[in-house]
Amino acid sequence: MKHLIDIRDLTQAEIVSLLDLADDIVAHPEEYREKCHYKKLATLFFEPSTRTRLSFEAAMYELGGQVLGFSEAASSSASKGESVSDTIRVVGCYADIIAMRHPKEGAPMVGAMHSTVPIINAGDGGHNHPTQTLTDLMTIRREKGRLDNFTIGFCGDLKFGRTVHSLIAALSRCENVNFVLISPEELKLPSYIKKDVLQEQGLPYVQTTDLTAVMPELDVLYMTRVQRERFFNEEDYLRLKDSYILTPEKLQNAKPDLSILHPLPRVNEIDTAIDADPRACYFRQALNGKYVRMALILKLLEEAQHEH
Amino acid sequence: MNIDSIQNGIVIDHIRAGGAMELYRLLKLGKLDCPVAIIKNAPSGKMGKKDIIKIDSVSAIDMNLDVLGFVDPDATINVIKDGKLAGKKHAGLPERIENVLKCRNPRCITSVEPDLPQVFQLANRETKTYRCIYCEAKAELIK
Repeated sequence: MKHLIDIRDLTQAEIVSLLDLADDIVAHPEEYREKCHYKKLATLFFEPSTRTRLSFEAAMYELGGQVLGFSEAASSSASKGESVSDTIRVVGCYADIIAMRHPKEGAPMVGAMHSTVPIINAGDGGHNHPTQTLTDLMTIRREKGRLDNFTIGFCGDLKFGRTVHSLIAALSRCENVNFVLISPEELKLPSYIKKDVLQEQGLPYVQTTDLTAVMPELDVLYMTRVQRERFFNEEDYLRLKDSYILTPEKLQNAKPDLSILHPLPRVNEIDTAIDADPRACYFRQALNGKYVRMALILKLLEEAQHEH
Repeated sequence: MNIDSIQNGIVIDHIRAGGAMELYRLLKLGKLDCPVAIIKNAPSGKMGKKDIIKIDSVSAIDMNLDVLGFVDPDATINVIKDGKLAGKKHAGLPERIENVLKCRNPRCITSVEPDLPQVFQLANRETKTYRCIYCEAKAELIK
């Protein structure tokens, strides 16, 4: 059974094929309206995440399928102490495919070990969020027209930001991508990612605390939110949350074709004055998320069908 | 000091001095009801000082000693049968270590589901790094 737990589960060719399919759905949505007729997606959200859940649900509805599930652990049997593996085995009796979000890292992998239907990791704690990575890759490719030969800056919370970790892992397989890591000292990229991903493959990267200084070099700027729930300590959160805010002034020396991405939700790290700037891609990115999830659901269901 | 030779079992030799108690805990030797001897700081030509563990039981020959490769890859395992040396092996680095180490990441799924097998996969042979298969946290020994 094929699942998507970690972006590294997919080969580069599989990623390109998913992005091609997503682009085709954008171009010809009418051809896909009935593709998942009589199929059911279960959205098991053990931790609330409205926009990811809505994106999955909208994706399934646009494929003509149906959706069932829960949006927080309190309304699931997990609140009664049921294990992830039992929940997955039961839900597999009712649904054809499962999108699962869980606050504990590795929970979707446990689910995949026991599932009879494909599992999509819709985020596990601070660990992985592969459909966000697919969304980011699709956005970069649509905005830039390529997935190679560019400089990308990651700004904000690079320590706990799982979207950053996954995207770096995915881009490390692309040709000639330069990484610029912009964060306060306390929120730097974990050393194991620098060591195992960037250094191991000899990929060029720069670490800095100064967003303005590196702005002119960037082709893509990936902004992230400093998330309250990733901190054990409220004081640390309040001290760091405003560290890296993107304003029109900071964009003055940016390239005219810069692409600004953000996984959303945004709090205040991108000034709303930037929203009207054509370089702001984050709302198009959210839309891409729906299309790439449609492509993923289609591919996984197709493969599951072949296995039967 | 004399420790009797064992008849059937294993002798874990060339343990880094001071490491025997840690191994005793990780290999769960406290649960065995056969004779187990720990020799600390034995003189060693090669190492200066070393620790040795002797386990006098036939069943010890088939013990899962995977963790040894992670904790002390230079240790050697001598298999003793009928009072004689029947074989020698190096621990090496196993691909996986199962149910010996616990993941210490409080955000890992294993922290709330204790019945899950605790599995660590070798991530980097050079740095002897093992990572939890669920959350990818680095395996750490409790000091």
